Amino acid sequence: MRITVDGETLAGEAGQTIAGVLLAAGRRSWRRAPSGAPRGVFCGIGVCFDCLVIVNGVRDVRACRRRAQEGDIVTTQSRTEAP
Amino acid sequence: MSRHVVIVGAGPAGLAAASAALRAGAEVTLIDAADQAGGQYHRMPPDTYRPFRVLDRCDWWPESSVWSLERHDERRPPRVHVLTGPADGDGRRRRFLDPDALVLAPGAHDRTLPFPGWDLPGVFTAGAAQALVKGERVVVGDQVLVAGSGPFLLPVAASLLEAGTRVREVLEANPPRTVLRGWGRRPWELAAQPDKAAELAAYAARLARHRVPYRTGRAVIEARGDGRVEEAVTARLRADWSVVPGTERTLSVDAVSVTHGFTPQLELPVAAGCVLRDGFVLVDGDQATSSPGVYAAGEVTGIAGAPAARAEGLVAGWTAAGGPPSELRLTRRRRDRARAFGLRLAAAHPIGQGWPGWLRPDTVVCRCEETSYESLCRAASENPAARAVRLASRAGLGPCQARICGPTVAELSPESPDPHHRPIAQPIRLGELAARSEAAEKESTP
Ligand SMILES: Cc1cc2nc3c(=O)[nH]c(=O)nc-3n(C[C@H](O)[C@H](O)[C@H](O)COP(=O)(O)OP(=O)(O)OC[C@H]3O[C@@H](n4cnc5c(N)ncnc54)[C@H](O)[C@@H]3O)c2cc1C
Ligand code: FES
Repeated sequence: MRITVDGETLAGEAGQTIAGVLLAAGRRSWRRAPSGAPRGVFCGIGVCFDCLVIVNGVRDVRACRRRAQEGDIVTTQSRTEAP
Repeated sequence: MSRHVVIVGAGPAGLAAASAALRAGAEVTLIDAADQAGGQYHRMPPDTYRPFRVLDRCDWWPESSVWSLERHDERRPPRVHVLTGPADGDGRRRRFLDPDALVLAPGAHDRTLPFPGWDLPGVFTAGAAQALVKGERVVVGDQVLVAGSGPFLLPVAASLLEAGTRVREVLEANPPRTVLRGWGRRPWELAAQPDKAAELAAYAARLARHRVPYRTGRAVIEARGDGRVEEAVTARLRADWSVVPGTERTLSVDAVSVTHGFTPQLELPVAAGCVLRDGFVLVDGDQATSSPGVYAAGEVTGIAGAPAARAEGLVAGWTAAGGPPSELRLTRRRRDRARAFGLRLAAAHPIGQGWPGWLRPDTVVCRCEETSYESLCRAASENPAARAVRLASRAGLGPCQARICGPTVAELSPESPDPHHRPIAQPIRLGELAARSEAAEKESTP
């Protein structure tokens, strides 16, 4: 199973969440807090909203809750940029 | 006509409630936001997942978030509003249900106290480490420090070891005196939970086999690194969790997995009008809440582990379905013993009052809005009213809506806010709310 993250292709196992694919690929953070500080997974179960990403054009998707689907286009997002 | 029982949450509590309600002759709709049943306890990678048999006999709604409970008639359970589709998607299907009885079993999440650097990538809740390794075979790091308080530290460390990670140390913040006094005061209650005791002993043996030190009275008080965790600072703690100066040690790690207990997910019970006590949903011997037709089971009524959640679910499902009370005597006794175990657990692993001592003025307390300890204290001293503290410091106003910082802010500011009142229990896109409101379908019978 392959997804694209900010243009880079990452391979994951079927059933992994987007957060799981990113972590397994060695990425620790992919979002920026208002100050610019990096954020990635914290709670892992959809509570903290630290792991938000854009999936196929839809913003604010919790990467730890969304199973990655073949061909998903993921873009990282930050709190500072306009929606 | 048989009763229609709607159950929110398909963890150990909700699954047990479903099977008991079916046995009592009800029609059951079981709803969970996840696409697999099992909750936090029965997590498995999808290729090994075996569906629970009870799902075949009820109307099972996976990938379905309950985002609102609407009280329209004070004598009946609230209307249940559901969105079905991929998590946080934008084209989910909107439905609602008007049940005869509602069982709420939404579980809990980790409570993590703040410390300098806890906002660095590489600091995870213990639940996150566990969920990733059990559900996706992903390890949070290669050199992991597991720290905090409570027996949950042990299964987390054991799962990481099993996955090949090097667990550097496991740190229990409470000193042995507190732990032993908590567990030991009424030891027969522990003996009544032989499975739990054996499970913990097996975890402890696994740590010993891998030569992982398990230390009590020591905690992680700082995480350091450039953009990600590279080091953890640990220190000896007194019984009240204040730091013993000069006992700091630095450990090189690439991840820290930390938990200080669990916080119940109370949005739905609060939306249903359920009275709370000591931070949990108040239930009677039938698991009935103060709200007509609404029952609660599992970690929302107290933290006592999966066996307790199951026993409570059995009682809740049975009574919600109108099953005769006399038939559940043994289950009730099991439930009561499990609850007593939960009280021991709380006594053995309390959060010490001295923990704010490890905060610095610039330590982030609200991760979403990056509110510092200093600005929270300043806001609270200028106007201690909960709302004023929130507005002045922005704590709790970010995307997580105080789910993470709520208990911390409540402890650090003198007038504690109500951290659980959220009109929208789960996020819903404004577009979904507006565009599809006419399309909402009523499905009152399964
Ligand atoms: C991340 C995590 C990992 C854990 N791992 C372990 C472990 O490995 N071993 C162990 O002994 N204990 C573990 N625990 C403790 C465990 O949670 C409890 O012992 C047990 O699972 C509690 O059962 P429950 O049925 O009350 O809640 P849960 O198992 O938490 O089930 C609650 C369910 O409700 C659903 N839900 C919540 N809100 C909504 C909503 N609004 N709409 C729809 N569905 C909703 C959730 O998706 C979830 O499936 C873990 C806890 C956490 C937080
Ligand atoms: S990691 Fe907390 S919401 Fe995804």
